[in-house]
Amino acid sequence: MAKEKDLSTRVVPELAGFNVEKSIWEMGWDELVPGAACFSFEGEIDHTVVNVQPENRAYAETNSINKYVGDWRVVKPVWKVDLCIDCQNCWLYCPDTSIISRDKEMVGIDYDHCKGCGICSEVCPTNPKSLVMFTEQTKNEDALNQWPEKQ
Amino acid sequence: MYRNKRSMELRDVEVWDGNVANSHALRQASVDVVSAYPITPSTGTVEAYASHHANGYVDGEIIMTESEHAAMSGCIGAAAAGARAATATSSQGLALMVETLYQAAGMRLPIVLCMINRALAAPLNVNGDHSDMYLANQTGWISLDACTPEESYDLVLCAFKIGEHKDVRLPVIVNQDGFLTSHKAQNVRPLKDEVAYDFVGDYQEVNSMLNFDKPVTHGVQTESDWHFEHKAKQHNTMMNAPKVIQEVFDEYAKVSGRQYNMVETHNMEDAEIVIVCMGTTYQTAQIAADQMRAEGIKAGVIMPRVFRPTQLETYAKLLKNAKAVVCMDRSAPGGQCGLLYNDVAGSLFNTSARPILTNIIYGLGGRDINVENLKGIFRQAANDVEAGKAETIQRFVGVRGPELKYYSMEG
Repeated sequence: MAKEKDLSTRVVPELAGFNVEKSIWEMGWDELVPGAACFSFEGEIDHTVVNVQPENRAYAETNSINKYVGDWRVVKPVWKVDLCIDCQNCWLYCPDTSIISRDKEMVGIDYDHCKGCGICSEVCPTNPKSLVMFTEQTKNEDALNQWPEKQ
Repeated sequence: MYRNKRSMELRDVEVWDGNVANSHALRQASVDVVSAYPITPSTGTVEAYASHHANGYVDGEIIMTESEHAAMSGCIGAAAAGARAATATSSQGLALMVETLYQAAGMRLPIVLCMINRALAAPLNVNGDHSDMYLANQTGWISLDACTPEESYDLVLCAFKIGEHKDVRLPVIVNQDGFLTSHKAQNVRPLKDEVAYDFVGDYQEVNSMLNFDKPVTHGVQTESDWHFEHKAKQHNTMMNAPKVIQEVFDEYAKVSGRQYNMVETHNMEDAEIVIVCMGTTYQTAQIAADQMRAEGIKAGVIMPRVFRPTQLETYAKLLKNAKAVVCMDRSAPGGQCGLLYNDVAGSLFNTSARPILTNIIYGLGGRDINVENLKGIFRQAANDVEAGKAETIQRFVGVRGPELKYYSMEG
């Protein structure tokens, strides 16, 4: 007959490794988790993690938040705070969670993870837009001085 | 994850072909997900399994995909999520699957693939040779070989237990010859459902994606920073797998009475002229070897039951007193010697044994090889021993037209 489901017996504890003591950069082949599985958090989590802001979460070293991918970008969004109406469209549509917003107020852009897709600027409803794409080389203060006119 | 609720009453001896034998092994292992795409001659494995499913004997899922690439991708997704997964394929299907075979092995997912060996096109051919087995040679899958439906049934059950062992966690291929084994109904003595399931055991998850307490990413990218370490770990696991494989074979002998070995041997105690071959040819070669004894030739046969990881030490031990070793490869060699030849040559080169080592290419596209052919091969090898050398390393047997010989031993 089928057994009752007992989740505790299904996991192989020796292979379910975290090694918070040691950085993955210091590990030899014998210390890595089989199959290059990358954990998101140090230790186990439960549903309460959704109530914690990202900067306060116990992310594991292998979480992609620790991976800088800002150099994938050739154009970047620049944010003009005085035009922004905090509609949250950019936060909602950003595919890389690179729009930082707290208590429904926009805080800024995570340039470590933004890949410059331009969706935030596309969905910005203000006129002129409060998010505009500039080349990566343009300094943000220069960008703010050459902002497009109202159309 | 758990044993199928409904058991099937089986006779002590069933008459099953290799595909049906596979389907019962998959059913008894209570596979969670079979993700498959049909291809001759392996279609029967999934077709028979689907009928068990339709008749209520299988609690798991069957996913019919749009290609073999998707079939293996489905197995990978299911296995990464934390399920026991299996599929079946042959030939071109295996070729289309190759990219995902590397993914499964690198992600360390213990999927079981029932491979019914068939030639690779062109020209298109549905019959048995070992081209697809050889194509999977470097994918990082453990590769086992069966000669009969019963052996395939046994090895599929063993494959789950080997692959899922905590010291292995690698995918496993169970090979059998297309049509010669897959479509030839023979006696199979199956285990009872509960005995088979208890042997295989509950599936043990490792870092599964459906464990929401510990979110994990599978199939990650590593560049020059960690890729080498992961591949080293994967290879090291493969190289240490024989210990587990032998343990599983020994444990299986206790429940079934059938003992498997890393390399199977016949008449090897005092053998001087040895054929190394795989699949159904091993059976025919045993008959030929017995008959050669009547002619005064000490003939023996060996077959790698475990083709990958490669058993170099075992070959060296078994062949240390041989005077001639004929490695028979049933795969179009593509401008080189066959894999069995290369393996055996590599095993012997650093030993003091110096048998006359030759390579025969035979049986491509299902071309028959019979007892007389094999006796001829034994006799030729015995003649080579008397002459002190073979004319060439490689020759073709059973092909029409002028004789094909390559790699002169004159140097």
